[in-house]
Amino acid sequence: MQISKDKFQLVGTKISEAEKISKPSLSFWKDVFIRFRKNKLAMFGLVLLAILIFMAIFGPYMTEYDYATNDLTNKNQAPSSEHWFGTDDLGRDVFARTWEGARISIFIGVAAALIDLFIGVLWGGISGYKGGRTDEMMMRFADVLYGVPYLLLVILLMVVLGQGLGTMILAMTITGWINMARIVRGQVLSLKSQEYVLASKTLGANTSRIMAKHLIPNSMAPILVTMTLTIPNAIFTEAFLSFIGLGLTPPLASWGTMANDGLPAIRYYPWRLFFPAIFISLTIFAFNVVGDGLRDALDPRLRK
Amino acid sequence: MEKILEVKDLEVSFQTYGGSVKAVRGVSFDLHKGETLAIVGESGSGKSVTSQTIMKLIPMPPGKITGGQILFNGDDIVPKTEKQMEKIRGKEISMIFQDPMTSLNPTMKIGTQIMEGLIKHQNMSKQAAKTRAVELLNLVGIPMPERRVNQYPHEFSGGMRQRAMIAIALAANPKLLIADEPTTALDVTIQAQILDLMKDLQSKMDTSIIFITHDLGVVANVADRVAVMYAGQIVEMGTVDEIFYDPRHPYTWGLLASMPSLDNDNKAELAAIPGTPPDLTNPPKGDAFAARNQYALAIDFEEEPPMYQISETHFAKTWLLHPDAPKVEPPEAVKNRMRQLSSTFDQAVLVKEGK
Amino acid sequence: MAKYIGKRLLYMLISLWLIITATFFFMRIAPGNPFTSEKQLPPEIEANLNAHYGLDKPWYAQYGDYLLKVVKWDFGPSFKYKSQTVNDLISEGFPVSFILGMEAILLAVAFGLILGIIAALKHNKWQDYTAMIIAVAGISVPSFIMATFLQYFLAIKMGIFPVARFETFMHTVLPALALASTPMAFIARLTRSSMLEVMSNDYIKTAKAKGLSQGVITVKHAIRNALLPVVTYMGPLTAGILTGSFVIERIFGIPGLGAHFVTSITNRDYTVIMGVTVFYSIILLASILLVDIAYGIIDPRIKLAGGKKGE
Ligand SMILES: Nc1ncnc2c1ncn2[C@@H]1O[C@H](COP(=O)(O)OP(=O)(O)OP(=O)(O)O)[C@@H](O)[C@H]1O
Ligand code: SF4
Ligand SMILES: [Mg+2]
Repeated sequence: MQISKDKFQLVGTKISEAEKISKPSLSFWKDVFIRFRKNKLAMFGLVLLAILIFMAIFGPYMTEYDYATNDLTNKNQAPSSEHWFGTDDLGRDVFARTWEGARISIFIGVAAALIDLFIGVLWGGISGYKGGRTDEMMMRFADVLYGVPYLLLVILLMVVLGQGLGTMILAMTITGWINMARIVRGQVLSLKSQEYVLASKTLGANTSRIMAKHLIPNSMAPILVTMTLTIPNAIFTEAFLSFIGLGLTPPLASWGTMANDGLPAIRYYPWRLFFPAIFISLTIFAFNVVGDGLRDALDPRLRK
Repeated sequence: MEKILEVKDLEVSFQTYGGSVKAVRGVSFDLHKGETLAIVGESGSGKSVTSQTIMKLIPMPPGKITGGQILFNGDDIVPKTEKQMEKIRGKEISMIFQDPMTSLNPTMKIGTQIMEGLIKHQNMSKQAAKTRAVELLNLVGIPMPERRVNQYPHEFSGGMRQRAMIAIALAANPKLLIADEPTTALDVTIQAQILDLMKDLQSKMDTSIIFITHDLGVVANVADRVAVMYAGQIVEMGTVDEIFYDPRHPYTWGLLASMPSLDNDNKAELAAIPGTPPDLTNPPKGDAFAARNQYALAIDFEEEPPMYQISETHFAKTWLLHPDAPKVEPPEAVKNRMRQLSSTFDQAVLVKEGK
Repeated sequence: MAKYIGKRLLYMLISLWLIITATFFFMRIAPGNPFTSEKQLPPEIEANLNAHYGLDKPWYAQYGDYLLKVVKWDFGPSFKYKSQTVNDLISEGFPVSFILGMEAILLAVAFGLILGIIAALKHNKWQDYTAMIIAVAGISVPSFIMATFLQYFLAIKMGIFPVARFETFMHTVLPALALASTPMAFIARLTRSSMLEVMSNDYIKTAKAKGLSQGVITVKHAIRNALLPVVTYMGPLTAGILTGSFVIERIFGIPGLGAHFVTSITNRDYTVIMGVTVFYSIILLASILLVDIAYGIIDPRIKLAGGKKGE
């Protein structure tokens, strides 16, 4: 092999170039998005969710029937071109009621998740940031509450507070925020010890600014996952409570109450039970797989 | 001397989201019976992957041996099936891992963990295996071995766990022992004890050892020969004397210069090698070290250097050994200890064309 | 060991006392009088009834009475069905619920473990995907919906199983399946991720380096360690089966404690609600204690005396 002599002159390091040719680093959220998109099940869940939300918004307007209007001459009709999902024992249109139910279920899920988020971030954030005795006491309190069996507590509260949308959300969130608080606290603790927070502290930034600027964005990932997994839980709890007769009061149509009403008639009018049942399951499924997909996409240990 | 292991042009890559990581890129070396070869190099240079590939312990997939041969006693390991490998692992070749805290099963008694290999490879009865396990614990210097066999890993200290790991590795009298940074996780006094133990056992059992480490200081004590790895390649290989007293590769100079040592009393500053290792998904054109090399030549950014032979046992992969290359002075700390070694050839000989 | 259990028992009693107290006060502030739903009672009869149930005493006396009675394992009479005591209800309903629950727990654990282990061993292969889709489905379909589907298709339409009631073994199959579906799915996912985690540990590499076969490594090194987190799930599992029984027993017309509990809620039968809640709490707390003890036995790192993980 012939190599010209001038190739053998000393040129020295090119460190900056070495850094340049290293792997183009994707931004974190872009990376998450790419990984999420590769997860077929999660994408399927996302599409399903989009459809369900679309129907929750527009479904009730797609039929001329109202979800609450009785029509005793048309009781227990099987699904037909007139009543797409049939009618119930008071002649109400099941299609309209189903999407009304979707609104309520999704509303309850999102409301519960938001309230959990609010209390959890506040409680966990303060607890983790203050540390010491405050932290000890706040977390002890959470532990005690957490030890109480969840559904039993919710049932008791519903009995005590009386049925209704508000009391139901209250009952669910009374222990629901604890998970969120623990996650936020854990994040705050681990981030608190990291250098860049210390750095901004020595630079004189005040507590709330540090919180807002560093801690919250960095805790986004686990918070987001917890929220997406809280929603299906709340939807389940609503359906469960309605199913044991502690749910919403008529004429409100939730999937749980519809299933509960449909149960005695399962032998003859199964659609009254099946439509709400299928949509409860589909919604919970969609939120679950999206939540799982998000968690996998966000978990840096799976980053390859 | 009889060659026990011969690795030829070994290439290993890992299939990942970001593309395929070429972790080992054409590594060749050999090992004689009873010899100790040290492999040194920065984190990520492919030491562990190379050594685990010899036992086919890398996860496959994503890992894949994309080329080369591993001749163990003249027999190629690469095409062997898992079933065939089971007869080699633990019996012919054993391995000690870096972290004794995690390399023992926490819910199984130490004794049982030693006995498993004995029962598998030596057809021992449970009773015989247990007796042997006690002997082995005694051999690796664990006091009260009769009681210790029935204990769990968490009842052992770090140093004792690594001794137990050595007992597991040596249980079936392997011909080759691979120690992947066996002392990195231990404190200095324990490190010395473990090294002594390994040397002692080696002389008793006549095992060959591949000793992987970051720490050049350890190398001088245990090894016969040293291979320096960078970015999945061996860039320099030679006897301990050759590497310490007549290094030729700028990366080896960097490693030596960054090594704290007793004869460095003139306080020449410890120079860390600047920059970071290249990304092995897209190894750079030319020499992988060029960008970090203060002695880099123009050609280094274009052509990968070939391997030059400096003595019977000494090889280096650098353009600086080309007849047309300028003469450069190694860093102060390295120059101070340079010696003329008698075995050196008059002129470096080209052994392999660069690709 | 004895000291540890003693300490845990003490904690358990404190939790229990908190639950009893909370239940007692909840019931007192609950809307309406226990007798409101019945026809208008003449005042003197109502006063009599109140006196009979001790409702005319001040709250602290009632609270004291109640605590004392609970200690003596006497939950008092039902408000609605005058001839029945809460104790009667429990001793009648609980054995039925217990059989059903045990069957469901066995099903959930057995199938959950099998699914999870297969999924982990065949990580990222079709077996893994199939097992995990089954598991997500199991988690997403609430037990009472699973129950109605099973009942409609397998019993009403195909007639393979009896539709309702609780007489023979065949009667128990569908309700047990429905109860087990969600916890089974949880166990499968937990086992899978725990197996994957364990399989990535260094000691698995050590075992492989010894020359052990994949089968031996899986059985002797991986599964045992992977089971530890699954054991901790047994507490929540019991809770899940228990609350699941409220709805499942109703759907299948099974005369268990869960069905009685739901009826008492609909009837606002306060003494029954209180009594059964306390009873359920005892079961849950006891099962959590049992799980802790079992965990300490399985995992040698846990010294029950200190309750701390050794390093
Ligand atoms: N399972 C894997 N999947 C993808 N890449 C891997 C895998 N195992 C190793 N690698 C890559 O192979 C390269 C070499 O790794 P290796 O573990 O051999 O380094 P090392 O020299 O042993 O470093 P250290 O001194 O830190 O142990 C690294 O770039 C690493 O990222
Ligand atoms: S070949 Fe060139 S870049 Fe590589 S070590 Fe030698 S001189 Fe440096
Ligand atoms: Mg390594």
